[in-house]
Amino acid sequence: MALSGAVLPWITGLAVVLVLGGLIWGFFFTPNDFRQGSTVKIIYIHVPAAIMGSGTWFMMLAASLVWVIRRHHVSALAAKAAAPVGMVFTLIGLFTGAVWGQPMWGTWWEWDPRLTAFLILFLFYLGYMALWAAVENPDNAADLTAVLCLVGTVFAVISRYAILFWNQGLHQGASLSMDAEENVADVFAYPLWVCIIGFGLLFVCLVLLRTRTEIRARRLGALIAQERMA
Amino acid sequence: MRGLLLRDLRLAVKAGGGFGLALAFFLIVCVLVPFGIGPETGLLREVAGGVLWLGALLACLLSLDRIFALDWEDGSLELLATSPLPLEMVAVTKSTAHWLTTGLPLALVAPLLGLLLNLPSAGFIWLVASLLIGTPALSAIGTFGAALTVGMRRGGLLMSLLVLPLYVPSLLFGAMVVSNGADGASVGTPLALLAAISLGSLAILPFASAAVLRVNLR
Repeated sequence: MALSGAVLPWITGLAVVLVLGGLIWGFFFTPNDFRQGSTVKIIYIHVPAAIMGSGTWFMMLAASLVWVIRRHHVSALAAKAAAPVGMVFTLIGLFTGAVWGQPMWGTWWEWDPRLTAFLILFLFYLGYMALWAAVENPDNAADLTAVLCLVGTVFAVISRYAILFWNQGLHQGASLSMDAEENVADVFAYPLWVCIIGFGLLFVCLVLLRTRTEIRARRLGALIAQERMA
Repeated sequence: MRGLLLRDLRLAVKAGGGFGLALAFFLIVCVLVPFGIGPETGLLREVAGGVLWLGALLACLLSLDRIFALDWEDGSLELLATSPLPLEMVAVTKSTAHWLTTGLPLALVAPLLGLLLNLPSAGFIWLVASLLIGTPALSAIGTFGAALTVGMRRGGLLMSLLVLPLYVPSLLFGAMVVSNGADGASVGTPLALLAAISLGSLAILPFASAAVLRVNLR
């Protein structure tokens, strides 16, 4: 608690600076794409949000594993705290994708593998959060959601690759890889990296904040229970 | 284990057990579809495979909360948990009973409903085959969902939210088998993957079901 409390303001400040800086750099100081015009600038929100949307699920998976194996209470609370954050990032990714897809592909929505997989991930977040909300005993809830997260991960990965058999996509492949020949041009890539790091820090700051709130709520509950007993 | 299986089958077939309910639901879904999308035979032929799989999946979902709910209410689930039979085997038995009372009959009546939806004749064999191979996964996943939500108020709604995203791969490959088969295309790959999902679910999910049952019973 002491460490996270000391670190939190710095991370928050850095996240705000990086996100704002990256967005301003990207929005106002990069040229328009010669084919996409200014719509290309959606990339500075879309890509970081999408990366964090799927990344959050893996953080929840790791936290669930820690809970199942070591029964460390904070990890269960961190997974609980991360879920809504990941859900919102996923939603932002889907929404900005739709806004970008409308002028570029001529459609708001396409049953493309990446888009569909992301929508399914969004449903997994909803189910996970609903299960947390439905169980009263916090330890039981942590156990049940941890198992759901493990099983859900397996099925989410299966779905991701199953969908490739089902429909070919409009969405482009990876274009930020270290080893690829053709990537996003450097003018766009630098502010994009700043935004990605900024969104990552934003995620850390939100999860820390929410976990601290959960821990305090848990302590408060324990104190109230003590009061009643006395 | 055999005793438990027979008991569950008897309970399901008896009045109020919901054995016929899933079949009737399947029938109604397939009858409602033409009202929704129009009676053109060409259009129906296109969507028949997907609709039949979707109907079977929803009918399966409908009967999931019965897997553990009654045993939970009258306390026999706790007896089962303290019996020498491991809880994992209880989960397997429950899935098997659920499959025998929903998945198997659904697969057997599906050709009749395929007739209603104008499924091409080449597709019938693949419809039955894909349902026979794919529905065990639906039962195993459903048992996991039922175990997660056993004893919860409004557990049924929550369970559909949890279970339906897990059904995506089975539905996708199952419907693909039927539509490929109806078009005379090769069905080997989706059928093999469907079988892989079923076998994998049957092998792994009973452990997850037993784990969450233990949590819910403590």
